[in-house]
Amino acid sequence: MNIDTPPVALLVEDEPQIRRFVRMALEGEGWQVHQSETLKRGLIDAGTRSPDLIILDLGLPDGDGLSLIREVRAWSPVPIIVLSARIDEGDKITALDAGADDYLTKPFGIGELLARVRATLRRQHKGIAEASAVVAFGAVEVDLHKRQVRRDGQPLHLTPTEYKLLTVLIANLGRVVTAPQLLREVWGPSNAENGHYVRIYMGHLRQKLEADPAQPRHLLTETAVGYRLQP
Amino acid sequence: MAYHAGMQQPESPATGLPRADAHPQLRPPSPASRRYLAALGASLGTAALALPLLPVLDVVNVAMLLLLAVVLVAIRLGRGPALLATLSGFSALVLALDWFTPGRAHDLSETRYAVTLGVMLAVGWIAARLTGRLREQADAALAREARTRALYELARALSVALQPEQVLDITRRFVERSFDARGTILLPDEAGRLALPGPDPGGNARPPVLSVLDMAVAQWAYDHAEPAGAGTATLPANQYIYLPLRAPMRIRGVLAVRLPAGPGMPLPERRALLDAFAALAAIALERVHYVDVAQDALVKMEGERLRNSLLAALSHDLRTPLTGLVGLSESLTLSQPALDAPQMELAQAVRDEARRMATLVANLLDMARIQSGGVKLNLQWQTIEEVVGSALRACRWQLGARSLDTAVPHGLPLVRFDAVLVERVLANLLENAAKYTPATARITVSAQVDGDTLAVRVRDDGPGLPPGREDTLFEKFVRGQAESPIAGVGLGLAICRAIVDAHGGRMRAWNDDGACFEFALPLGQPPALPEPEPSHPPAATTHEHR
Repeated sequence: MNIDTPPVALLVEDEPQIRRFVRMALEGEGWQVHQSETLKRGLIDAGTRSPDLIILDLGLPDGDGLSLIREVRAWSPVPIIVLSARIDEGDKITALDAGADDYLTKPFGIGELLARVRATLRRQHKGIAEASAVVAFGAVEVDLHKRQVRRDGQPLHLTPTEYKLLTVLIANLGRVVTAPQLLREVWGPSNAENGHYVRIYMGHLRQKLEADPAQPRHLLTETAVGYRLQP
Repeated sequence: MAYHAGMQQPESPATGLPRADAHPQLRPPSPASRRYLAALGASLGTAALALPLLPVLDVVNVAMLLLLAVVLVAIRLGRGPALLATLSGFSALVLALDWFTPGRAHDLSETRYAVTLGVMLAVGWIAARLTGRLREQADAALAREARTRALYELARALSVALQPEQVLDITRRFVERSFDARGTILLPDEAGRLALPGPDPGGNARPPVLSVLDMAVAQWAYDHAEPAGAGTATLPANQYIYLPLRAPMRIRGVLAVRLPAGPGMPLPERRALLDAFAALAAIALERVHYVDVAQDALVKMEGERLRNSLLAALSHDLRTPLTGLVGLSESLTLSQPALDAPQMELAQAVRDEARRMATLVANLLDMARIQSGGVKLNLQWQTIEEVVGSALRACRWQLGARSLDTAVPHGLPLVRFDAVLVERVLANLLENAAKYTPATARITVSAQVDGDTLAVRVRDDGPGLPPGREDTLFEKFVRGQAESPIAGVGLGLAICRAIVDAHGGRMRAWNDDGACFEFALPLGQPPALPEPEPSHPPAATTHEHR
């Protein structure tokens, strides 16, 4: 990102009031916001404006936002955050699997929005720079090079599966990872039916890493969608 | 088969039925006397024509003419008349010879006459036999053809039937036509009890009156999927024959027919044809049944699709302005320069009310979804700990400064439920607790195994439920009941109950130094757990640390 020119965000949303406050929030953070009202317009702008971030409403009047995600993903890794008013959690998983980076369910607060934006961009930049070897959240410190986990400075023992699960979440720090994706990456493609594996091992991780496993602060559940490691 | 003995009574009140006018199926053979008279007439007539020619023709030629008459009589009228024709013709010939050649003495025992008589007898006999057999075959072929045609026509008539009543009516008509018999189809109700069909709307074919006893036999045939009644191994003394309507999927009913006594089709053929009728009717009934099933499914699918798209549209239309409201009011609280204190308070109140409204809308839509019966539970094996965590996170802003404890032991069994909906239950209970307790209250969420259920409790130390109402609290929210008098306790608890009910669980509330709400979900049989692992440090293989 050039330091002199502000980063550009593309906001594809048909509702003017939602556009208004999202634009205000992003401009307050130093973004230059470009707005598109329709899917068609959004697709053109995504190509011509070369945005650093796309915020996309899934329920646009002229088509399904999913098609925009797929199209953009064909040629650009630009972060995409999806806004969804739908009841069906399956839509969110579909959008994330299609290449969206994160989602927000309407109605959402500005704090949530900005937190998502920051997490998404941080991850984006991490991918470019060298991933840092030590990740810390709460009282937990994970040294990815030495494969060591410490809590309150004390070494902590994780099983290989627990550690693998944790590293996948760390690789997506602050960002939601769908349960099917976790299953695939930790247990392999043959375990797609065993969704409860993820839940059980997330329980183990919380037991070991959280102060109160029933009120987690870092290993968060996005119900029926997936998990998020909140730094 | 307790009623079996009772069914042995041979007579039933149905015996005295008025019989329909007999329509003879085949032309009855003419009476014997008429056939013999005709034979006599034929041979004497021929003799009267041929004998006067004796002077002109040779006697052999005249005998030939008489023989012709005998053959014709044999073909048309059978063996006996042919014999009579032979004898009468022969006698006439001998008398005529006497008349025309008086000079000669004619001895009937003369050899040549004996030969003539013998030949005539033999020819008449053989001709009668051959034609008799031919006729039998032709008759059988005709009867076969009639049966085949009846079956074909019945099949064709049944193929257009769309209602069970039509199948009944068509089958009844064909049984009457083909067997000259009264028949009816008895259909089972949902419990598998056979019932008499209603009165025929046309009024032209009165259904036969079956006595209670007959119904018992019919029921036996239905239950055992075996024929019963006349001509069968079971209760052959009964007037009716009861054939189960065996379709590929199940027995569809019973065809009861009262076959008339007397001549007609031979019994085996009649049974075969009746069986075929029964099979056709059974298949028609099954087809009609599945037409209904398919139509119902289609209507249901269409209804579900409509409901879902309506709810999705509603959800979008309601949530969009609320999203704007929440976001804009929050923008106001964050605006620069900062608002002064009263303005800030107002902006925050607007934001909080908008959020509350959003929760309300979510509840409303979920309620609509569940009560319309179109909700599909996304059942997965879940840990309750996880749902408690996400519900608490979702409600944190509503709980404010209230202190929150959790008592969810690690290692509770997995329970199969829809995580989104159960999170909604918990969130509603928490919101409810927040609404009715002072800002300093203490709320506890706990979970434990209770018998064959997992019980989750939300307890507060607030003023508690109105005394005496704890038990009836949830009854108030049964659909169709009057609105609850407790202000604000409407939708939230109602949706909780609906969701828990949909999971086969139960819900209750009581006072225990404050209000205590509990929902319990059935435990079920959890799936196989992943292989346990040795808990060794992942860094065991590395020795880099100093």
